[in-house]
Amino acid sequence: MPVSVNNSRLIYEALKACDVKIISALPETFLVHLIRMAGEDPDMTLVRLAKEEEGIGISAGAHLAGVNSALLMQNHGFLAAINGIVSLALLYKIPLLMLISHRGHWGEKDPWQTQGGLVTEPILRALNIPIWPLVNPADVHRRIKDAQTLAHASLHPVAVLLSRELMWEE
Amino acid sequence: MLRADALQTIYPELENRIVVTIMGAVAAELYTLGHRPNFFYLEHAMGLASSMGLGIALSMPEHKVIVIDGDGSLLMNLGTLSTMARYKPGNLLHIVFDNESLLSVGGFPTATSTGTDLAGIARASGVPSVMEANTSESLKASVSEALASNRLTTIISKVEAIGPKSFHMDLPLLENRFQFKRCLEALQRQLKT
Repeated sequence: MPVSVNNSRLIYEALKACDVKIISALPETFLVHLIRMAGEDPDMTLVRLAKEEEGIGISAGAHLAGVNSALLMQNHGFLAAINGIVSLALLYKIPLLMLISHRGHWGEKDPWQTQGGLVTEPILRALNIPIWPLVNPADVHRRIKDAQTLAHASLHPVAVLLSRELMWEE
Repeated sequence: MLRADALQTIYPELENRIVVTIMGAVAAELYTLGHRPNFFYLEHAMGLASSMGLGIALSMPEHKVIVIDGDGSLLMNLGTLSTMARYKPGNLLHIVFDNESLLSVGGFPTATSTGTDLAGIARASGVPSVMEANTSESLKASVSEALASNRLTTIISKVEAIGPKSFHMDLPLLENRFQFKRCLEALQRQLKT
């Protein structure tokens, strides 16, 4: 499976540099190495979810307890979590660091991913959630740190989109 | 059993612990018994109180966390039972008041009124300790046993579909949120000193 191990490692190291202690996740192709890295890290609590919306509750609880967390989800998982984002994170001003694999976008070969790919950014914009695409490996560390900083300063969710260009090696 | 009476019976166990409740009648009844800065009332996001409790329990393993859930909320997020059971935090107690009704929106019957068995679902999800307590006395005993056990426990407690006259709480959502966070941070600091 040509998911980039090197770029997954860069992203994981950036999360570690942000002092992330809890990662909630549901598997998806772009995320396989990231989830494996979290699972193999004895200092990371990896919460494997049944549905992405649970992760909003887990991150909210972690934030109120003073622990940094991140959410790994596919964009269809983001779509499944919207009520939790609106009626927990936005309502209660909870920062969320969401890393969303942007399936169904540039270069996508799976037709079934394409509707989600087309609506992800417009829906994030409708929710007033700032979007930062990760495309260039050189930007990964800075952008993830800046995304977390903004989330904590604004007490608001932020979305880092994991592009095919970064995650997939043809 | 009335939920308000049940809450009153277990209030001494809740008073000094981290408590997350669902919205509506449960929140208003606990608030009326006596609000504490260690109580958080999730006034929306149905189903996520237990996920929040799990997030707090994993973040604060030295403290007990009590979630007060309801049948309507739990039915919206049954996956939470499998996720809690997967990580089994021994400091998490999940109490579900089952009034077989979506009381806050007019009393529409939930699936527990037609036979869905939440205790059975919790057991089959792998929750290590599942109890059923349908009187105030048995609920009090179950809560004490669960808190002493250091095992993830779900208690299903059947109650009547009767709520308070008013759901009004003189506590804005964000005041509750910031007060609760400060309280948890103070608890964390106490541990370190």
